[in-house]
Amino acid sequence: MRLFKNLLRSTSFVIGMGLFVLTVLLALLGPLLMHVDVHTRVGLAYMAPSARHWLGTDHMGVDMISMLVTGLRASLYVGFLAGTVATLVGTLVGLYGGYKGGLTDDILTVGTNLFLVIPSLIVLILLSASIENGRSLTLIALIIGCTTWTWSARAVRAQAKSLRSRDHVALARINGYGTFGIVFIHIMPYLLSYIFMVFILQMATGILSEASLSMLGLGPYDSISLGKILNEAKTNEALTDGAWWAFTPAMVLITVIVFALYTINTSLEGVFNPRLRK
Amino acid sequence: MGNRARGQLSAHDFTRMFKNHPTLEHIVGRAGWYFVTFLVAITINFFLPRLGDANPVDTIMAKVSDGLDAASAKEKEEAYLAEFNLVEVDADGKVKHDARGKPVRTSLGSQFVKYLGMSLRGDLGGSILQHPKRVSEIIGAALPWTLALQLPTIAFGWLIGNLLGALAAYKRGIFDKVMYPLALLASAIPAFCFGMLLVYVLGIRLEWFPAVGGYDDGLTPEVSFAFFRSASYYYVLPFVSVFLIVVGGQAIGMRSMCIYELGTDYVKYAKLLGIEETKILLYMFRNAMLPQLTGLALALGAMVGGALITEMIFSYPGLGMAVLTAIQGNDYPLISGCTLLITVCVLFANFSVDVLVGLLDPRVRAARQTGN
Repeated sequence: MRLFKNLLRSTSFVIGMGLFVLTVLLALLGPLLMHVDVHTRVGLAYMAPSARHWLGTDHMGVDMISMLVTGLRASLYVGFLAGTVATLVGTLVGLYGGYKGGLTDDILTVGTNLFLVIPSLIVLILLSASIENGRSLTLIALIIGCTTWTWSARAVRAQAKSLRSRDHVALARINGYGTFGIVFIHIMPYLLSYIFMVFILQMATGILSEASLSMLGLGPYDSISLGKILNEAKTNEALTDGAWWAFTPAMVLITVIVFALYTINTSLEGVFNPRLRK
Repeated sequence: MGNRARGQLSAHDFTRMFKNHPTLEHIVGRAGWYFVTFLVAITINFFLPRLGDANPVDTIMAKVSDGLDAASAKEKEEAYLAEFNLVEVDADGKVKHDARGKPVRTSLGSQFVKYLGMSLRGDLGGSILQHPKRVSEIIGAALPWTLALQLPTIAFGWLIGNLLGALAAYKRGIFDKVMYPLALLASAIPAFCFGMLLVYVLGIRLEWFPAVGGYDDGLTPEVSFAFFRSASYYYVLPFVSVFLIVVGGQAIGMRSMCIYELGTDYVKYAKLLGIEETKILLYMFRNAMLPQLTGLALALGAMVGGALITEMIFSYPGLGMAVLTAIQGNDYPLISGCTLLITVCVLFANFSVDVLVGLLDPRVRAARQTGN
């Protein structure tokens, strides 16, 4: 309860969370509240916003609001899935290496650092380009998760390493707990708030990575994401035709989601770490 | 130093040299580490594109086989297969055939060995899309543009961002209240969104700057005043869009770093002693700057990725655009050539930052000396 009070007292948390919840609600409730249809042409290409179609139409003459709601759902889905995978892998690698120390830790750290230095976008491009057929939204999310986990591993490892020499961990070891018992029962609970923060950032990374891939033409073949809307608008001359409604709303949505997630992350840092609160 | 007669250093000489020069040891150690990273990167670069079943020769053949009869098409296909090291070739440069007359495929392993040798000599193979052209030629033309855009944006962005962040942490008040959300917003806007917005507003609507391209159509890249003027005019928008994002991200990091430094004992003590504010700020900046430099090394990959996408938005003639056209045309040698080069550049930049940190930061030196 104290935690919630502290959270609500932080203005930036309220703003970030508010914005994020709004976008999630729009994605979840959008199809219930309005008629979302991305398969029928309702008019000509790039029709300006009107009372019937609040944000006009895209290059195919499809209602832009329908496109945005569908794209938002896909982008949030990618963010959630990629964020979960990245956090899971990163946390496991970080916790295990940080607690074990020694050679295991050295090998894991070298591996983590290797993939931290090699740009993840490069690995993403190479992987996505090699999968020519069947590049589905879920597959892309999984690939993103598997290439962006290094940050979390590094962050979690540092924390786990500092917890390793605590008395309660030594006691657990004396009492015969195995490595996994210690890691999951005696170390992880202390880092839950930290892991949650990592997850928030990984979600933002996932959404941004998918959008970047889509901009390169390596997006999902089976769904419309916000990045794909932008890419379609760019390749179909929306910029030169002055059809701002075809790309600005998608841009605003991506920026709002990422901004909200960043804000939640920094405000959580302030709430969880009292030393930063002043 | 012993063994002078052979003109070589013994292992003992090396250990003694390193003992006296911890900095040198640091540099050599890092160089070794980055070389291993490079080997991993080049391995990934070779194997990932070959995971799929896409065959570069099929792509070329689809383009050139029109109007050819079966025999000459087969001959041409074999020539291409040999060119991309996909089939075994005998000493005379002829394609080997098995008992059923089919060309003998090379194993992935020997392809890799050949690829390694070629890459280390700077030969990245032939492009599919722009066929007789070599990948290294295409990349050679694109690289200067990318370097000209990315080096200054990242270096200046880092510097300005850190200054702003330190100032915001120290001043607090209205300056911080305005700067912090702005920086947060700037770092949250994806590079491509910002780029598209600039293209649309400043390039197409207001027509202040050219929206896409690297220089005026009539010109060719050369060392002349007209070309330089045109290129710098085209440079403004891509520069601004990458620069502001880097500034935003760095300012946020530096701000929280400096807030932490402000709470440390040495700052409090210095304040109690009545040392001038600017001097304290300088001490703080020195201490907070080094972690930021390490942070830069780690963030470089992401920054370069963002900048590549920005290049693409502006149709800037750099590596980003080369990657995009390569992806669109399924030009695998060009894709992996570009990605390899980008990785090498990022690794090199990282190495430089690492060495710099080792030279500047007494803490790193101390940690080395105590063997920690």
